[in-house]
Amino acid sequence: MGRYWTVCLLLVLMFAGAACRPAELSEAEKSTIASLSLSQLPALPADPSNRFADDPLAAAFGATLFFDQRMSRSGTVACATCHLIDRQFQDDRPRSVGLAMTNRRSMPLADAARSPFLFWDGRRDSLWAQALAPMEDAREHGVDRTAYAHFIRNNFASRYERIFGPLPDLSTLPANAGPFGEARERAAWAGMSDDQRTAVDRVFSNLGKAIAAFERSIVHQPTRFDRFADAIEAGRHPEGDAALTDQELYGLRLFIGRGNCITCHNGPRFTDDHFHNTGVPPVPGLPEDMGREAGAKLVLADPFNCLGRYSDARPQDCTELKFMVGEGPELKRAFKTPSLRGAASRPPYMHSGQFATLDEVLDHYERAPASPDGHSELAPLRISDRERAALIAFLGTLSE
Amino acid sequence: MRRVVLGIVALGILVVAGLAVTHALRGPPADLDLSRSKITAHGRYHVEIAPEIDPLALAVMHGWVLTLTTPDGQPIEDARIAVGGGMPQHGHGLPTAPKATAYLGSGRYRIGGVRFNMAGHWTLEFAISAAPGDDAVVFNVIL
Repeated sequence: MGRYWTVCLLLVLMFAGAACRPAELSEAEKSTIASLSLSQLPALPADPSNRFADDPLAAAFGATLFFDQRMSRSGTVACATCHLIDRQFQDDRPRSVGLAMTNRRSMPLADAARSPFLFWDGRRDSLWAQALAPMEDAREHGVDRTAYAHFIRNNFASRYERIFGPLPDLSTLPANAGPFGEARERAAWAGMSDDQRTAVDRVFSNLGKAIAAFERSIVHQPTRFDRFADAIEAGRHPEGDAALTDQELYGLRLFIGRGNCITCHNGPRFTDDHFHNTGVPPVPGLPEDMGREAGAKLVLADPFNCLGRYSDARPQDCTELKFMVGEGPELKRAFKTPSLRGAASRPPYMHSGQFATLDEVLDHYERAPASPDGHSELAPLRISDRERAALIAFLGTLSE
Repeated sequence: MRRVVLGIVALGILVVAGLAVTHALRGPPADLDLSRSKITAHGRYHVEIAPEIDPLALAVMHGWVLTLTTPDGQPIEDARIAVGGGMPQHGHGLPTAPKATAYLGSGRYRIGGVRFNMAGHWTLEFAISAAPGDDAVVFNVIL
């Protein structure tokens, strides 16, 4: 009997020891970890749809516009209102507030230039086309297109013309006119000639191109995880500010292994740039949000898309739009995979800030509820409380 | 001692079963046919595919060249080729909508707009319509 208990005790100790002491990383794990490092990120590709994308004058002008509250109907809202420079260019709110509360959470801007489709539903296909949407949204900046053109002529004519060439003659144009906004603005827009509308749209699109040139300079900074990954890749022992705790390393291994987080949160930006239905619940009181299903239609119809007349791209450059999945059941309530870089320090989470903490996010992944509409891609995540804490600890290494 | 042996055997069975379940949930079948050259389902065509990037990589939009011939090697021209596919283990389709974009001569067709956004087992499916009739073929790709 004594021998029986001794053998059992030895077995228990063996397994406990194996579980407590982190095993060496396998070659496959090392390779996966290296693939997530920021140092693996290729150089920022050119944007053929914006010939001013890498023009320093345009970027400087774009920065001015980005922070200028006069770019709003009330004189109190700028791009920087919801994309705060000291908060990863997002606003920490469940839903952003411009002139009024919107339906969605603002997205951080680091390396947004690399996303083929912008917004949670991908309804714009370039940074510059994205920048235009809030400018004339009634709940965000709420300004119409001719008002923007007049504003630029009155305040920034020389800076604008140095980059984009002469401004058009605006003297006969209404003070306020645009395809959205109030009825009299829409009527004034309809009353303008095609040439006048095109001239105003050209100025309007150039504002987006300047803002995009500025936003291209907003990039992710290396974190402790990157220093760890680079040390592993180089065959060095991660030490000092490159070291992960046993708990963080355990979380990393879950992230790239059994947790399957890396399925969608892959690559150096921790996103696959795609749209997924993960069964995130709707927000009571908001209209139905169909996500990518609506966004795909909107981007195809957008006059400022890659194939539109204001784009500088050749049609053959517009591969994202050309090969885009435009319809199908998978688009229903699908939302863009957000980057997890910096995520630990910017709650709340999901497209309308449905979850206040990472704990709530993991609750959702553990329960994997059916989607309110369409089919959720999630399978229930089976993790212990200890593993959940480890995953959250690992995410912290992407924020510091 | 017998109870110890039984305990170890039971533990072993549990571990093996656990690994099998994990494997079934995560991985493709071990005997997956990864050939890039096949006869279509009804035997009408021989299809060979080759990626334009090597090695295949995540998140990169790229093309493939599909070479279409009769089973005895005669090139097929004027074929209509529809492209589909997805991840069988995840139950979803391709993230992009690839298309045949150009005829390159000698039965070769360029398939543009392929991008894999996840690691794992993908299928690329081609529905072919040409003079010999309609047929289809499925290729497996591992990333």
